[in-house]
Amino acid sequence: MPKSNPQLDMTPMVDLAFLLVTFFMLTASVRVSEPVIVDTPSSTSEKLLPDNCILITVDKNGRAFYNINNGEVRMKTLEQMGKQYKVEFTDKEKKRFAGMTSFGVPMAQLKQYINMEDPERLKVKSSGVPLDSLHNELGDWIQFGRIEAARQAKAQKDKADKAGRTFKYEPMRFAIKADGQANYIAVKQIIKVFTDKDIYRFNLITNLEQEQK
Amino acid sequence: MAEVNTGDGGGGHGKHDKKRAKKASTRIDMTPMVDLAFLLLTFFVLTSTFNKAKTMEINFPAKDKDNKPMKINNALTFLLTREGTGEKEDGLYYYYGEFYAPKNKDGKPVTEFIKTDFSKDGLRKILLDRNKPTIDALNDLEEKYKKKEIADTTYKRLALKEKGAKDALTVLIKADDKAVYKNVIDMVDELNICNVGKYAIVDMGQAELDILNAIKKK
Repeated sequence: MPKSNPQLDMTPMVDLAFLLVTFFMLTASVRVSEPVIVDTPSSTSEKLLPDNCILITVDKNGRAFYNINNGEVRMKTLEQMGKQYKVEFTDKEKKRFAGMTSFGVPMAQLKQYINMEDPERLKVKSSGVPLDSLHNELGDWIQFGRIEAARQAKAQKDKADKAGRTFKYEPMRFAIKADGQANYIAVKQIIKVFTDKDIYRFNLITNLEQEQK
Repeated sequence: MAEVNTGDGGGGHGKHDKKRAKKASTRIDMTPMVDLAFLLLTFFVLTSTFNKAKTMEINFPAKDKDNKPMKINNALTFLLTREGTGEKEDGLYYYYGEFYAPKNKDGKPVTEFIKTDFSKDGLRKILLDRNKPTIDALNDLEEKYKKKEIADTTYKRLALKEKGAKDALTVLIKADDKAVYKNVIDMVDELNICNVGKYAIVDMGQAELDILNAIKKK
């Protein structure tokens, strides 16, 4: 028997490994821990959540949490909300807010909430964004978020027009992510906040379930 | 792994020895790098989440300014509630056609609520049964599409038209304040599965709520 070479060429394997590393690194998105865990009900719908959206999370106890994806829009929205509710935010606070995720605190506590360190912030028991008719902060958040998002889209479009590129406008969507065990009435309240602002189309976030036939 | 290639295993010639000492190897040991690459690979594979959230699109009826009752041809109303506090105590009732409250002006008998459940033999059966004309029409269209008699876009357009036809089944979902969100989603999902194109989530009237509560007490 001829003596076989104990060395083998690993170049293709290493190539592949690096390819995969690159792929996973580029596709990975940073997942920030949410303030609440929500167990969404399942459905057979396979539509994906669009990127440009305002997300309202409703937890089991009916608390509402607000989130808007785009960091820049977040900053602007915070600025507008600050003006409305007479709360001053420093640039540093605005930047921190841009990098945050859903939050569920009233405006009065927001400044303190932003200044907390991440682990501390997770421990806070949020009361939810107020949405009763007297303090409809959620409605204002939605309204300002919408305006700022539209303003940003317009600015991008102008820029694209100047450069002679075409700008694909993605309309703003409104997503509701509610816990399956949440009372429907809590979700209904959120929907009422939206319909008061003449928004009638929603994306309800669900888990994918296999259709049983 | 990658080792210094020593050519002819070290001969005795002096000339050869000198040459080997000077010449730097072109191969480097890549083991640590590969180790790191695999470590990173494992990390990213384990931490990455691929699936973006799935969503269900839904339209709510716009606010009616003059608040006049809708005229619906082929209506089926589902009432969602909760019988107790447990996990599996969903209450689901339904009735066909219009609702007649007790002591109504037309002198019609009071609408009777029929109890059902979210199982395959309950809700699914009712919907498939009631929506049969639409489902049959859709199946015909699909058959034609598969045989390439109609184009892709035509098929989609016709299917949409069929679902929204004037006499197609219209489902109204009414949830009381005890109902949970999961039930509403299950309901809408079932409607999507059964190809019901016209449905709406609306508020429950007081008369309906009274009857529902009376039934539950029994």
